[in-house]
Amino acid sequence: MSDLQHRILQVLDAQDVIQDTKVQFPELDSQTVQAALNSLLARSMIKYTNIETDYWLLTDEAKDIVQNGSHEFRLLQEVTTNLEGLKIADVGTVLGKNGKLGQAKAFKNGWIFKDGDRILTKFKDRPLPNDETAQNLKDIKENQGAGVDKKELQDLKKRKLITMSKIVSYKVEKAAEFSLEIVQLNADITSDMIQSGSWKTAKFKPYNFNSEGVFPQSGALHPLNKVREEFRQIFFSMGFTEMPSNQYVESGFWNFDTLFVPQQHPARDLQDTFYLKDPATAKRPEDKEYWENIQRVHQDGAFGSIGYRYPWKEDESLKMVLRTHTTAISAAMLKKLAEDPKPTRLFSIDRVFRNEAVDATHLAEFHQVEGVLADYNLTLGDLIGFMQSFFDKMGVHDLRFKPAYNPYTEPSLEIFAYHKGLGKWVEIGNSGMFRPEMLEPMGLPKNLRVLGWGLSLERPTMIKYKLSNIRDLLGHKVSLDFIESNPAARLDEDLV
Amino acid sequence: MPTVAVDKEDLYQLLGKSYTTEEFDELCFEFGIELDEDTTNDCAKGERPQLKIEIPANRYDMLCIEGIAQALNEYLGRASAPAYSLQPPVPQVTMTIKESTSTIRPYAAAAILRGIKFTQRSYDSFIALQDKLHTNLCRNRTLVAMGTHDLDTLEGPFTYEALPPSEITFIPLNQTKAMDGNQLMDFYEKDKNLGKYLHIIKDSPVFPVILDKNRNVASMPPIINSDRSKITLETTNVFLDITGTDKTKVAIVVNQLVAMFSRYCSTPFSIEPVNVVSEHNKETRVFPDIKPRVMQAELSYINSCLGLNLDVDTIIQLLKKMGLQPKKNESNEDLLDVYIPITRPDVLHQCDIMEDASIAYGYNNLVKTQAQSQALVAQPLPVNKIADIVRLATSQSGWSETLPLTLCSHDENFKFLRRNDDSKAVKLANPKTIEYQVVRTTLLPGLLKTVKENRKHSLPIRVFECGDIVLKDETLERRAKNQRNWAAVFVGKTAGFEFVQGLLGKIMQTLRTDWLEKPSAGKRGYWIEQDDTNDTFFPGRGAKIFFRAIDGAEAKEIGSIGVLHPEVLGFFEIPFAASSVEINIEKFL
Repeated sequence: MSDLQHRILQVLDAQDVIQDTKVQFPELDSQTVQAALNSLLARSMIKYTNIETDYWLLTDEAKDIVQNGSHEFRLLQEVTTNLEGLKIADVGTVLGKNGKLGQAKAFKNGWIFKDGDRILTKFKDRPLPNDETAQNLKDIKENQGAGVDKKELQDLKKRKLITMSKIVSYKVEKAAEFSLEIVQLNADITSDMIQSGSWKTAKFKPYNFNSEGVFPQSGALHPLNKVREEFRQIFFSMGFTEMPSNQYVESGFWNFDTLFVPQQHPARDLQDTFYLKDPATAKRPEDKEYWENIQRVHQDGAFGSIGYRYPWKEDESLKMVLRTHTTAISAAMLKKLAEDPKPTRLFSIDRVFRNEAVDATHLAEFHQVEGVLADYNLTLGDLIGFMQSFFDKMGVHDLRFKPAYNPYTEPSLEIFAYHKGLGKWVEIGNSGMFRPEMLEPMGLPKNLRVLGWGLSLERPTMIKYKLSNIRDLLGHKVSLDFIESNPAARLDEDLV
Repeated sequence: MPTVAVDKEDLYQLLGKSYTTEEFDELCFEFGIELDEDTTNDCAKGERPQLKIEIPANRYDMLCIEGIAQALNEYLGRASAPAYSLQPPVPQVTMTIKESTSTIRPYAAAAILRGIKFTQRSYDSFIALQDKLHTNLCRNRTLVAMGTHDLDTLEGPFTYEALPPSEITFIPLNQTKAMDGNQLMDFYEKDKNLGKYLHIIKDSPVFPVILDKNRNVASMPPIINSDRSKITLETTNVFLDITGTDKTKVAIVVNQLVAMFSRYCSTPFSIEPVNVVSEHNKETRVFPDIKPRVMQAELSYINSCLGLNLDVDTIIQLLKKMGLQPKKNESNEDLLDVYIPITRPDVLHQCDIMEDASIAYGYNNLVKTQAQSQALVAQPLPVNKIADIVRLATSQSGWSETLPLTLCSHDENFKFLRRNDDSKAVKLANPKTIEYQVVRTTLLPGLLKTVKENRKHSLPIRVFECGDIVLKDETLERRAKNQRNWAAVFVGKTAGFEFVQGLLGKIMQTLRTDWLEKPSAGKRGYWIEQDDTNDTFFPGRGAKIFFRAIDGAEAKEIGSIGVLHPEVLGFFEIPFAASSVEINIEKFL
């Protein structure tokens, strides 16, 4: 415990109050005093208030003047000592960079006069005058210029010899726990105290609970992946197996033709779909019959459908694309299901690609959440009932279904949910029954119906995290701070 | 989805009711169209309020006010489907298709509407419908294009031929000067509306043209009509020409046009047929073909799909609301013979009839049920399971997960990593920007771009990704496959190789894989070996990562680790030192 703390306590004991610490302890700087006061304050032994006082400080130049005289006085001394005076041209050489300043001031004071190219003194035969500048600065240094008039202070300030500063000092009074003895307070319980038992008698500093504590050094999972995991758990809880959606590259056959998307469909435009130049074409699928079925159902009609009746082209079908939806994988999985048809539930959450102009809500890549439910004699009531259970798990209860069009589902239902915040119905996904033209060419039995539905992963996530720009959520522009400070994703927590 | 703007007052008059916006919105929702905008509050003085309605992409019969009103009135039970007739029943006019068209635009059709009375708004609607059809069903006139003419300015019979451009001369619509085919191409090259269609015929040695008896040009499809035959408000007899490359869609377009506008004929819903002679390809036939198509639908199928047990009369009533004309099949109780009107070419299968029944019933009136197969066993995809193990272990080690895009520029995937194109990467044919040239073959570009964007983050930056790269594979049907990689980057004042090395150790420990001090002993485990051939790394500071899955088995190279070369960091504009590690985690499946 510092001596200063004891001195403060003794002074207070003697006079009850310290009106101003800078008067009481003039030799101490403000910070030293404050540290001692805070320590006593923490023990509730004293209380204090701040006093702010204006304070003149001498610049380095002024300190030099106090010691060696003002520039004008030094010039006068030089000129007076030297009988010949001083050549004007030599002022700088003899007196340094401030010589000219001193020269001007000395002329102004009437101390010197000019004779040709020389300066001569007016004090040849009489004592030198007072060096007022030096004296004033000395006075300021010693007692804050009590004897210096205001105009002179301003002049010195203008000459950058003094600067105004604020000095903080304190008025100190006794407080509840005042005593001359300072009891040692401990900041924390240590293992030594526990082992020695000294914790029983030790006194502890009061805790500041109004603080956040020290955050742990930690890593983080990506927010979008956290939401993805929520969806996965919903699917798992409803008996859905994850599809092998790790296949970004598809042929037009699997991405479009198998889904009964005609070859002239706008979705197949260069404007919307990424085509590949290397590899440019796929091989034909292994199942020749399936390949021919697809051609027939598009071109001539088959499986109870009149078809689109256009010349179906192999070249178009074998063009390579980056998949535009994960339904390309669902198609391959359903084709596989035809080998051993049975009730099946499948899902995937993975990337899809669209050749779109990038803006706040569109990226060339995003994630599609897709579910597929196959069973004998499924009904639309089952689809709607299922959607209700699925979205219930996300905390979305108020659903409505709108007829829509999709080339591979019939009926197609857009799913709307009531958004309390926006006060309106918003579209949250698409669903439908896959068309017989998609299922029967695979060899699936006619009464095995398949429900499919999909939504983007980003859209509900953006709503959840109140993001307006998809680039703040996916891609390399996402802020690491956002990732690191992002809370757990809980879809059951007011999503819509 | 096309959006059709209709006159609000006219539509409500046709529907026999002034709806509030909410009421009309509700009607649209249940029927499956969407009220996009009601302009009532944005109209300038004297402007008529419009409703902008989104129409599903397969309902070509609802691309004009006439069709929307017809469909909604039938849905509301206020009207039945119109009965179209041919008058006279036998065509008086012929149009002959010449073989010369077969190389450029082989199919054509025609029809005549007699005694039409246009108003300004019905005339505008007629023009707008043609625009909507051109952009949607006709795929910007590539598949089909249509022209409409004042029949009284022409004289049949007509021919449809393909002629060298220099032999086609006429005054194009709304112009004053006659031009030949070549001049026309130059004239319209910069035209905002027509310029985009020139490519359809431009490079052909012959252009398609429709001529009347006196060799007057009616139109040069799919570009422009002649000024001579243009229709006006005063036109009473309209000749329609439809040409195209898609036979099915040519017939659909003829039917939509006559179905929508024959209502304005002196005998409503009557159409004068045209005999289209096409001997060379045996496509001679009479247009339009207004005979409804009959498609059979099973009542049991409809009920089963809807999860309902509706009787035949109820289902008939439902289908009638959707413009279909069902009749009981005489020999099979479970069958309906559904007459599909010419307006509904979207009906391809009985599932489309089933859907119409469900829309008419109301999706939101269906009873919610649960599929029977509820107790299925669910499982994750194995590669996702491994990925999750690695992701959790990495984040627990204090590293942050990033999610960059899988598409990147060629430079980012190769040059910026000081690598040569090994032609393993899948390359895109039609990207809109250079940001998307290849599918990445390494996770490094995404991680380094993420670091670049987060340069202001406190150091060290520790980031990772577990994601797919794509590699070409000639043996596969799709000639490429995904591979799940895991990569991490440490960025700081020093390169911190020991930190990525330690992280690799942690991940290997998580995957039950020990570090092998003596790999030659042949135990399961991993080790790293200096590799001076990997130019992504600083010389002498790069290594290969090896993994042996089973004691005694051959070890496989599974990735690389090292201090990133300063030039790599320079390319990615990262002003710090860095180390990286990347492995293929599918080896741990």
